[in-house]
Amino acid sequence: MEFFERFAIPHPSPVIYASMVVIALTVIAIIAGLTYFKKWGYLWREWLTTVDHKRIGLMYLISALLMLFRGGVDAIMMRAQLAAPDNKLLDAQHYNEIFTTHGVVMIIFMAMPFIFAFMNYIVPLQIGARDVAFPRLNAISFWLFFMGAMLFNISFVIGGSPDAGWTSYFPLAGNEFSESVGTNYYMIAIQISGLGSLMTGINMITTIMKMRAPGMTMMKMPMFTWATLVANLIIVTVFPVLTVALAMGTMDRLFATNFFTSANGGMDMLWANLFWVWGHPEVYILILPAFGIYSEIISTFSSKNLYGYKSMVASMVIISVLSCLVWAHHFFTMGQGAASNSFFSITTMAIAVPTGVKIFNWLFTMWRGKIRFTVPMLYSIGFIPLFTIGGVTGVMLAMSAADYQYHNTMFLVAHFHNTIIPGVVFAMLAGLTYYWPKMFGFMLNERIGKWTFWLLSIGFVLAFFPMYITGLDGQARRMYTYSEATGFGTLNMISFIGAGIMAIAFALIVYNVYYSIRYSPRDIGSDPWDARTLEWATNTPVPEYNFAISPQVNSIQPFWDAKKKGHVLFPDKLDKIHMPNNSGMPFILCSIFFVWGFSFVFAIWPLVILSTIGIFACLALRSFEKDHGRYISVEEVKETEEKTGGAKL
Amino acid sequence: MKQLFPAKQVMGFVFSLILTAIALAVYFLDVSFTAGLTILIVTAFVQALLQLIVFMHAGETKDKWSIYGNVYFMIFIALITIFGTLFLFSWDM
Ligand code: HEM
Ligand SMILES: [Cu+2]
Repeated sequence: MEFFERFAIPHPSPVIYASMVVIALTVIAIIAGLTYFKKWGYLWREWLTTVDHKRIGLMYLISALLMLFRGGVDAIMMRAQLAAPDNKLLDAQHYNEIFTTHGVVMIIFMAMPFIFAFMNYIVPLQIGARDVAFPRLNAISFWLFFMGAMLFNISFVIGGSPDAGWTSYFPLAGNEFSESVGTNYYMIAIQISGLGSLMTGINMITTIMKMRAPGMTMMKMPMFTWATLVANLIIVTVFPVLTVALAMGTMDRLFATNFFTSANGGMDMLWANLFWVWGHPEVYILILPAFGIYSEIISTFSSKNLYGYKSMVASMVIISVLSCLVWAHHFFTMGQGAASNSFFSITTMAIAVPTGVKIFNWLFTMWRGKIRFTVPMLYSIGFIPLFTIGGVTGVMLAMSAADYQYHNTMFLVAHFHNTIIPGVVFAMLAGLTYYWPKMFGFMLNERIGKWTFWLLSIGFVLAFFPMYITGLDGQARRMYTYSEATGFGTLNMISFIGAGIMAIAFALIVYNVYYSIRYSPRDIGSDPWDARTLEWATNTPVPEYNFAISPQVNSIQPFWDAKKKGHVLFPDKLDKIHMPNNSGMPFILCSIFFVWGFSFVFAIWPLVILSTIGIFACLALRSFEKDHGRYISVEEVKETEEKTGGAKL
Repeated sequence: MKQLFPAKQVMGFVFSLILTAIALAVYFLDVSFTAGLTILIVTAFVQALLQLIVFMHAGETKDKWSIYGNVYFMIFIALITIFGTLFLFSWDM
């Protein structure tokens, strides 16, 4: 019995018990469903073992949407608790657990896989490649992310959630103040998925550097591909810092080392330092691909070439360097002197300059363009003013002296949601709507989509703008309640209503998917938006080899030129196509990683050792495996092309 | 015969052993903390570069530029991080 006691949750509530039942029922339902409909083989062959970048992209997408809803439920609970003064819906401990989970889930397990979904699905198509450079590594990346996410998500029913914030500052996150296994989950789940991100970084950089279609020089790459390249360079630069910081934190908690303790020569501030050396570039890892998606959409729906291509590229490169030079703005109040604070203030404000250049470029792209107000375009247009407000408040926060007033208040919370929601989340929804017909062969309903956009924007403004005011008035972040005398009640109630409207908007997205599956026309061809770049030159559904013939690139918009200027996209003849084989190894390896992580969280050492051996066994097996891929014959290619509408041959 | 003998690699191997020995010596010899750490950092960097150039064949292909470019960029970022941290917590606190 004693062995099992460690799995009990330290601070239970009826809601958590109910969740356990729901989770158990869901798992049983899934297993029963798969068995009843005889789908196990299909699942294994087509999804669990796939190395196809498009399928991996879709799996990222589904995971990200699931996590969006998980994090969204957390958000609603927090807003409900704060809706009225002295509310008793959640107690302090539950509130701590919920805001920690919300932050981690949204950044690491929602936003990251969402951008990886688009990178995976779109980049190889945009550059005219047949897959990413290392397809099997790509599958490993996905499954590492997935297992990390699952590990993190079971924490609230097995052993207890982390409760030290998504930043997990020491000494609070140390054993002394965080006794439950929650913070172990934090350290290890993020470690596992972080390894996946690092591998994706290497994979994407190699893909973009090495696998572009003939004629596509660096300065002819589509903007989303550029954004992906720069974002992945940042990943490769800063994720190792996170890896090391997490490893040190894990050792402090499990092996009694003293890196981040306040006694015995440890330095707790070093955690905050290392965390933000990764953390600030991380927000740019998220926003740059979002910028890339906006660039594609704005150019398509303004029926114009992207304005200022070179300055767009240059500003992204400058942002990527600057983003590694600003991290101390997250702890201006930690006690260092005016000299270093001023330095980091100035570098931070400098980032606003290249960001501003991009904003103006989008505006100039729309200037005198024939604008079509589709749903993706609405998100992109809404993004510009809303995100700019987030940037302006960022510059306010960047002034270190003033930050003493703003730091750790709701003003900060308003700032980063103001950048992340109109910046990243809108981009993801815009991209989702834009690329949906390529992925699934039909459009999402425009009318419902427009409702969603407006509800989401209004809900967002109502939910977050009041926080600027309460923050300036002194409402602290991460406090589970406030007294009536503070007078924060009304504005928080408005926030709650805004959050509710956003929840309705997200529900509408689900309804839109359902509605469009039932009613959307299927005969939309492969280029429903009249777009410009190569991903739209493929058939829909995209065949597994993407392009039967490698496209020939002449400009930054080869597909447009092919449509309007008679550029010949596919000059060569059909040939047999070399493709990678599926493999079960990534899934098995990462399942072992899950066991490894779980036993690490609970310090079950025999299992840790066993699973470590398992991991190395998988690696060794891979080294001795001979797998040269397979060929798709010309006949098969012809057949597929005819089936998928290969008028282009 | 001369072409077949991988002189560069053998030299590299010997040199990397020497570097390892020097680093190890810090543990056994009675040097000051600062001196010890300096030795470790210098040998570590030389070792890394040696591995990269001799055994991972950086600079032997056409994409020499991108490999060294990456290395320089990473060194740049590492130095920024280290000196930034020193700036914050040692020189200005
Ligand atoms: C002009 C651009 C920006 C500037 C000048 C800026 C500045 C700042 C500053 C100074 C802080 C720390 C404030 C404090 O803790 O008191 C901060 C926090 C934050 N920013 Fe920004 N920011 C900018 C853009 C962005 C973007 C684009 C994102 C995300 C996509 C973002 C996400 C965040 C997050 C998540 C935090 C808070 C993290 C936490 O403490 O939990 N920011 N920003
Ligand atoms: Cu920052």
